[in-house]
Amino acid sequence: MDTHLSADDLKFRDDVRLFFTKASPERAQQLLKNPSTFKQGTLDWQKQLYEQGWVAPFWPTQYGGAGWSVTQSYIYERERVAANAPDVLPFGLKMVGPVIYTYGNEEQKQRFLPGILTGETWWCQGYSEAGSGSDLASLKTSASKDGDDYLVNGTKIWTTHAQHADWIFCLVRTDQSGKPQNGISFLLIDMKTPGITVSPIHSINGVHSLNEVHFDNVRVPQANRIGEEGKGWTYAKSLLAHERTAIARVADSMRRLEKLRQLASRETQGRSVMIDDPVFHARFTNIEVELMALEYMELRVLAAVANNQNPGAESSLMKIKGSEIQQSLHELTIELAGVYGAMETTESATAADIGHDFGNQARQDFMYGRAATIYGGSNEIQKNIIAKHILGL
Amino acid sequence: MNFSLTEEQQMLQDSAARFIGQNYSFERRQKDTSLAQGFDPELWRQIAELGWLSVPFSQQNGGFDGDATDLMVLMEQFGKGLVALPYLPTILLFGRLLDLAGINTSYSKLLGQVIEGNIQGSLAFMERQARYQLSDVKTEAVRSEQSFVITGEKALVLNGPNCDKLIVSARTSGGQYDEEGISLFLVDANASGLSRTDYRLMDGQTVANFYFDQVKVPTEQLIGQEGKGLMLLKRVIDQALLGTCAEALGLMHRLTDTTIEYSKVRKQFGVTIGSFQALQHRMVDMFTACEQTRSLLFRAVCSAASMETNEHQKNLHALKVLTGRNGKAVGNEAIQLHGGMGLTDELDVGHGVKRLMVINSLFGDADFHQQKMVIRSLEA
Repeated sequence: MDTHLSADDLKFRDDVRLFFTKASPERAQQLLKNPSTFKQGTLDWQKQLYEQGWVAPFWPTQYGGAGWSVTQSYIYERERVAANAPDVLPFGLKMVGPVIYTYGNEEQKQRFLPGILTGETWWCQGYSEAGSGSDLASLKTSASKDGDDYLVNGTKIWTTHAQHADWIFCLVRTDQSGKPQNGISFLLIDMKTPGITVSPIHSINGVHSLNEVHFDNVRVPQANRIGEEGKGWTYAKSLLAHERTAIARVADSMRRLEKLRQLASRETQGRSVMIDDPVFHARFTNIEVELMALEYMELRVLAAVANNQNPGAESSLMKIKGSEIQQSLHELTIELAGVYGAMETTESATAADIGHDFGNQARQDFMYGRAATIYGGSNEIQKNIIAKHILGL
Repeated sequence: MNFSLTEEQQMLQDSAARFIGQNYSFERRQKDTSLAQGFDPELWRQIAELGWLSVPFSQQNGGFDGDATDLMVLMEQFGKGLVALPYLPTILLFGRLLDLAGINTSYSKLLGQVIEGNIQGSLAFMERQARYQLSDVKTEAVRSEQSFVITGEKALVLNGPNCDKLIVSARTSGGQYDEEGISLFLVDANASGLSRTDYRLMDGQTVANFYFDQVKVPTEQLIGQEGKGLMLLKRVIDQALLGTCAEALGLMHRLTDTTIEYSKVRKQFGVTIGSFQALQHRMVDMFTACEQTRSLLFRAVCSAASMETNEHQKNLHALKVLTGRNGKAVGNEAIQLHGGMGLTDELDVGHGVKRLMVINSLFGDADFHQQKMVIRSLEA
């Protein structure tokens, strides 16, 4: 048993490292932080990756992907996080793209995949509804046939970045009879279609990234349906295991832990600094131990995938532990900031005026981070999956 | 042994619950915290009329002479109602410090104005570098003939943007970390040489950093003895800590009740989520956390009459540890069990959680007080 990288992999790692030093990820991160430059920052960064040929590393080469091995993708992700470079937005590249090249027809592939790669088309995801969170299959947004079209009616909720989006991929109900899972279809909808309105949801971190998307008799060509009618649930579900592994965010947590170590070494408490505080020691090392285990859990899943085994329900374990660790890190960081962890900076009261440089960010991260145990299938649902599919209960 | 309220205390509790229930909806809180001050001055005037501003003050200074139980009763209702008012900074910190400083005509007069609701006050005791150490004071006060000249910065001053007067801790002798040599001064908010930066904390309350550039304060505005300010400061903060823990308990109850109610109406998989045993146990844990915190709160209230004793000090540390830990647990679970809704600004849950987090950070968080426990238990 070992985790040694081959000579080729080491060469690949050096190439990735070099790319990130040249790509000035700090500038991109600055743009992403400000809501007014967020969209431009996202598109600029994606363009850089696209020109390098790395925007869709796991897509098959025939569709414009890099066709990397699992190990290469893993190395890339590590280096990306170490360089503090932004991730690409998942909705086009990681979610709808793979559905289109796996289940879409030729016309759909040619029409949609190029725009996803270049970033020209901004996608958002329309799955959840107010009454359908953990119980996603109970969704009610309906699509009824009308000539060559569907008429779509209903409301999607928690739609990230819908305010920027050109297109939305939706799960809609095309059949009311039978098992709820069997009446769901996968539709691609142009956000400019008459009858669509987007209303903002303000989150407890004070940021607007989530929305409700309302559909009022929205006319969608049947040609925009992916695959067969009534099979949408299967198509969407095939991607969920990947999503769960990705939202474990192992590399990101490792970077946050390192950052926390640095912050604690300069946060004073009387004559001493917090890095010398025994209670802090205990909490920090508890997180570190958990994270060390998660790192190897991820490697085990990757090894299984590399050997063409399905990660399956094990990805639920990663989602649970990964999100718990993220939240412990957020919690320890905000508490390290003391009362400053509760502050809100403004243009007239900057961090420098007030006297603390990470409290404001720690607060935002903590509040938004509460979502990590809810989205992508809540941790309670993940435990149900493990109980049913691994333990056989 | 008796843990029930007196008739008078029961009346205070009932009238507070009634008034807040009738006048203070969550929508009202949203509206009030969006005002520049972070609260509604009209509501402040109303609770002054109800006599609530006089509760913790001594009779000689025109107060109600309330004890720890009275304070607990009132603060718990503020928590339950998620009430945004500067009761902590103006009454429990600023006002109580004046009250404790003695029975003196000028302080009594000022306190009278506080009780009438005409004065807003602040206690400027924190500094950038100090974290939770009250004795870490760099701000200096230098005696010059009939006055002191104050220079330095005080951070995170609660109610700072609204205060008419503030009390500031400054060093008159000794080194940065020394317990001796800290003095307290009463300063006008519009004193020459005093400027500030205003901002908010996540619960919507307004705070400020104050910059003292050679602010001249007459010697008669020295509160208590020169160089002995820390003791006074500690006494005030000990009492305020108990009050905020009672508020936290009110918040925890509110969050727990709200979550239980939600679980009875939210349906997934064709049934209410409250029917799932896994979630029932989680709500039992939330309820247990509330009751456990209440037990330690009662314990600290029972020893509050002998403030300086080892026993009371240990009780306070234990209370702050458990309030912080249980408050976090209840808050996190309340959001989790509300799912995505718990993350929206339009629901009261997130606001309750944020207020609990602010309380956890004030006067030392759970970890800080756990360390203080070591001195009172393992090293005792």
